[in-house]
Amino acid sequence: MDKIVRINMGAAGGPQVTTEPAGEFAGLGGRATTSMIIGKEVNPLCHALGAENKLVIAPGMLSGTSGAMSGRLSVGCKSPLTGTIKESNAGGQAAQVLGRIGYAAIIIEGKPAGDDLYKIHVSSAGVKVEVDNSLKLLDNYPLIEKLRGQYGDKVAYMSIGSAGERLMHAASIACTDPELRPTRHCGRGGVGAVMGSKRVKAIILDDSGCKQRAPHDPEAYRDANRKFVEGLRKHPVTGEGLPAYGTNVLTNVLNEAGGYPTRNFTSGVFEGGAKISGEAQAELETKRGGSATHGCHRGCVIQCSGIFNDKDGNYVSKQPEYETVWSHGGHCGIDDLDTIAKLDYMDDNIGVDTIEMGVTVGVAMTAGLCEFGDREGAIRLVEEVAKGTPLGRILGSGAGTTGKVFGVEKVPVVKNQALPAYDPRPIQGIGVTYATTPMGADHTAGYAIATNILKVGGDVDPLKPEGQVELSRNLQIATAAIDSTGMCLFIAFAIMDQPETFQALIDMLNAFYGTNLTADGVVALGKQVLSVERDFNQRAGFTKADDRLPRYFYTDPIAPHNQTFSVTDEDLDSVFTW
Amino acid sequence: MKLTIKLFATFRQGRFDIAEREFAPGTTVGQIVDQLDLPREKLGILMVNSRHVQLERVMAEGETLAIFPLVGGG
Ligand code: SF4
Repeated sequence: MDKIVRINMGAAGGPQVTTEPAGEFAGLGGRATTSMIIGKEVNPLCHALGAENKLVIAPGMLSGTSGAMSGRLSVGCKSPLTGTIKESNAGGQAAQVLGRIGYAAIIIEGKPAGDDLYKIHVSSAGVKVEVDNSLKLLDNYPLIEKLRGQYGDKVAYMSIGSAGERLMHAASIACTDPELRPTRHCGRGGVGAVMGSKRVKAIILDDSGCKQRAPHDPEAYRDANRKFVEGLRKHPVTGEGLPAYGTNVLTNVLNEAGGYPTRNFTSGVFEGGAKISGEAQAELETKRGGSATHGCHRGCVIQCSGIFNDKDGNYVSKQPEYETVWSHGGHCGIDDLDTIAKLDYMDDNIGVDTIEMGVTVGVAMTAGLCEFGDREGAIRLVEEVAKGTPLGRILGSGAGTTGKVFGVEKVPVVKNQALPAYDPRPIQGIGVTYATTPMGADHTAGYAIATNILKVGGDVDPLKPEGQVELSRNLQIATAAIDSTGMCLFIAFAIMDQPETFQALIDMLNAFYGTNLTADGVVALGKQVLSVERDFNQRAGFTKADDRLPRYFYTDPIAPHNQTFSVTDEDLDSVFTW
Repeated sequence: MKLTIKLFATFRQGRFDIAEREFAPGTTVGQIVDQLDLPREKLGILMVNSRHVQLERVMAEGETLAIFPLVGGG
């Protein structure tokens, strides 16, 4: 990964490809690479769908090596949804393949005139950009089917569905899993619309003839990786809970804790929760001949995913994750796993973020477009998005826009991005992350649920404001670093509790790069990434007034805890003081 | 006293999802955990009335205790 390829889609005479040394980005990866390139090269005041914005695709520091869990891919740009800098990451095969091909980043810039649609083929022989208008408005599943006919099954695909082509602000970029299904999405922030604005429909990553990336010290690397894997297998969350039940094990947890946002954040308990829980889902998947344990990329030893079949045993979708089960389930008053799996498939196919889409449907329900709990109604609304009707384009623009168009007062967004599946009133720590992360409301940016609710990595009372700022700060710093390594964030459960597993990760980095990184160095990297991102947002016009939850979280208590978000503004403003 | 016990995830295997059981007055959460043969080192979250509780917590008539192994997601 010592080079960067730059594709200028707007060059006179057609797209132009140039390759340059990775230079100052050598040895970095993932979120560090995308955010630093965006911070340096993109004018923060540009229009996110204009020629000045760039789409940066970067494998993690350890992607493409033999290291376990190292297949996260980061995509960065200025977000059309939030107007902030954006890093959105996904699993799937893309990061490993891109790492092996040897690019530290692909930078897609400029914007072609006309409405030709392009595909980009990346291999060790170089990068080819070709017009292929036969792909126009294909959604992800039929698109990948068609591309497989031409490029086969030994490659990884990244693609946008119709939503990305239509420049919808909820549009995602899909990455294929080991079975070549377009199920792993860089979901958040409308990154698919940025790819669509550059008229790039698909990227084919072909690593034939490429070897695994070689560590500086192969023996030490193998050794550290072995300890790392042992640690993951030993911890009950990564070794037992996630493989057996997936992330949806959280439905019952959050429901019991009274922090499960129900019917557009009007209650903290969903009476239908048990029916859509991870336990119920795993049982159903196994009974129907699907699978409750599946890895989104080769080399994942946790395997939190699964396969969801219908009652006749036919594939419906990959196992919907907790966030999706919530957004299309409890948030909309829907307690049916079949409906949720169908919506998950539709989202993956159209190419929209499942969180943004589900939250939007719930906001539309508040507006009266259909009733809470109306399964068919929810499907109809998402079908509008698939068809690209005027209503579908509004919904595909996300919860914030939909709320405005239909005059909804209480819309759960921060920086115009939908809140995920944890209510910040009874879980104050996650509220601090929602409010302050440079990404717009995002749970992964500083997953305070671990410490507030799950009691992993410490214990901070979720109902009180005390300790939440420090918790969120430390988690945001650690996450920014992990997002740069290419490691799946779920390793955090094990490394927060087991110092030797954290050390194994650091040893892997050092053995691979021949460096002397310490835990302090990891923290420094996280801080550096956050600083670059905050600086971009400031230059884009964001102020501390944007680092707040919507007002109603401060004024409207909800059952069962009947309390509001009570972390003070002064405290929120101190999250990034270090 | 009558209590409702809810078990989750791996703790359900070979046991139950939800059950009403009779316990002696003054029974603590820890005693219930031991009576159900739940390995203490695998305990994650213990909740009564949507609030986290500790093993020493004394249960009261009619309450519901939710017991989770260590779990995570996100
Ligand atoms: S734990 Fe889940 S999200 Fe993470 S790499 Fe494995 S399958 Fe993908």
